[in-house]
Amino acid sequence: MNEFLNIATEIVFVLCGLVSVATAFRGLKNEQARIGTFLFWLILGLIFILGKILPSELVGALLLAMGVLSATKQVRMGKFTEADPQFKKMSSEKVGNLIFLPALMIGVVAMLLSTIKIPWQGESFAIPSAVAIGVASIAALISGMLLLYPKNKETVEDSTRLLMQVGGSSLLPQLLAALGAVFTSAGVGTVIANAIGGIIPEGNILIGVIIYVVGMVVFTMIMGNGFAAFSVITVGIGIPFVIQQGGDPAMIGALGLTAGFCGTLMTPMAANFNIVPSAVLETKSKYAIIKAQLPMALAMIVVHVILMLVLGF
Amino acid sequence: MGDAIKLIGIVIIVAGFALKLDVLAVVLISGLVTGLVSGMSFVEILRIIGDSFVSNRLMSIFLISFPIIAVLERYGLKERAAYLIGQIKKATAGKVLAIYLLIRTIAAAFSVRLGGHVQFVRPLIYPMAEAAGEKCKGALFTEKETDFVKGLAAAAENYGNFFGQNCFYGASGVLLIQGVLIEAGYEVTLQSIALNSIPVAVIMFILALIQFHFADKKIRRDGMM
Repeated sequence: MNEFLNIATEIVFVLCGLVSVATAFRGLKNEQARIGTFLFWLILGLIFILGKILPSELVGALLLAMGVLSATKQVRMGKFTEADPQFKKMSSEKVGNLIFLPALMIGVVAMLLSTIKIPWQGESFAIPSAVAIGVASIAALISGMLLLYPKNKETVEDSTRLLMQVGGSSLLPQLLAALGAVFTSAGVGTVIANAIGGIIPEGNILIGVIIYVVGMVVFTMIMGNGFAAFSVITVGIGIPFVIQQGGDPAMIGALGLTAGFCGTLMTPMAANFNIVPSAVLETKSKYAIIKAQLPMALAMIVVHVILMLVLGF
Repeated sequence: MGDAIKLIGIVIIVAGFALKLDVLAVVLISGLVTGLVSGMSFVEILRIIGDSFVSNRLMSIFLISFPIIAVLERYGLKERAAYLIGQIKKATAGKVLAIYLLIRTIAAAFSVRLGGHVQFVRPLIYPMAEAAGEKCKGALFTEKETDFVKGLAAAAENYGNFFGQNCFYGASGVLLIQGVLIEAGYEVTLQSIALNSIPVAVIMFILALIQFHFADKKIRRDGMM
């Protein structure tokens, strides 16, 4: 049974890889950076499809090649024609609220599947997350097809547009996890923990929690990215000074990342959330959004410290 | 002191992100340099990066949901949501924003990509909040008030997005949290992380209601002066 579930997981990743491969071929139609865009998404697709078979060293080398393509601006967004707004409006009136059904199915079906255990020869097996989400997405797609009869060509075209829009930064969480693995083997967390341990008394939970929350906020503000701050600060501060002092890992981890998001609310470095939208909305002040978010961010920082102390221990 | 050189990777990350350099390259270089100064071989670093990338493929599982999202967007998902919001009666600026925030948060928690500054706030939420606010005030907004409500409208989008997303157990943030904790030797489930993200989302919503309520009051007071 385990073997079957592992194969099912790999099938889901093969499907993910195919979306990337389709994007690669769409990249060939680009006006700029045709080859680079093609190679970037093709390599990513292959890593997804063959990940379990390829030697890790080769995957690492392929990722470096992708990094070079991305850094030299060889990965570009192609030209796409937007769907006709008139058509969208007509279709939304025709289908009505039923259009929300497939959208909700992704989350609801995945959640249901994740709670089911499959009984098999006296043992019970949990459905792996990848399979749950994969099956939910496919079920949603089938319901969407029955409801809307979309043209396959348009669906492929739109899917590749979505991936190109997200672009290389879609890999960021995965790459940051890889960076975290390098940091762990290099002992980076220990170095930070020792440095901070020299300043603050070990075993003081209140100070540990405050430093973790504030560290997440400050690093996120500097970097403009909560994910990047999380992998560094959790290894360096969160684990030694909060979790190892008796904190519940799942609770502390969950609160650690959203503590970072409080920093995102206050920093112009998070340009896509705070600065670009103010241009989109044509505000007089560039900082109108940050100004509106400041009271919430400060209140939520206090909330995070309290929740960590109350719920995390 | 000799160990402090290992922190160079963090310096690279902070500087690279702050300078808006290519994020993929910055992360890879940071990993390579950290590994090299810590005495690892080039091939060993590649092996760690490759191994971790493949075992964390789950973080990019959203790829598989692109086709259905593509279909729904083409057939008017956003247009329908916009229509529903437009049905709200007796609206004030604060109420419009609160309802949008509620929808946005729940959508994020169910991993439905419904929202966005460009798609929703600019064409729909801000104009509705402005219209409702000016009706309450009994006069057109001043320039200062316009900026004030625009800021709040964009903030509602960010609040719902940030604090709602981790309530879905397949969210990339949840997967990152699990990945970092497992790497450090703590076995945690995605479900427990998602569940533990709910209190923050609820408290955020209550605080936002308070903020929007005071905004309504301020707009009404300005109208009387």
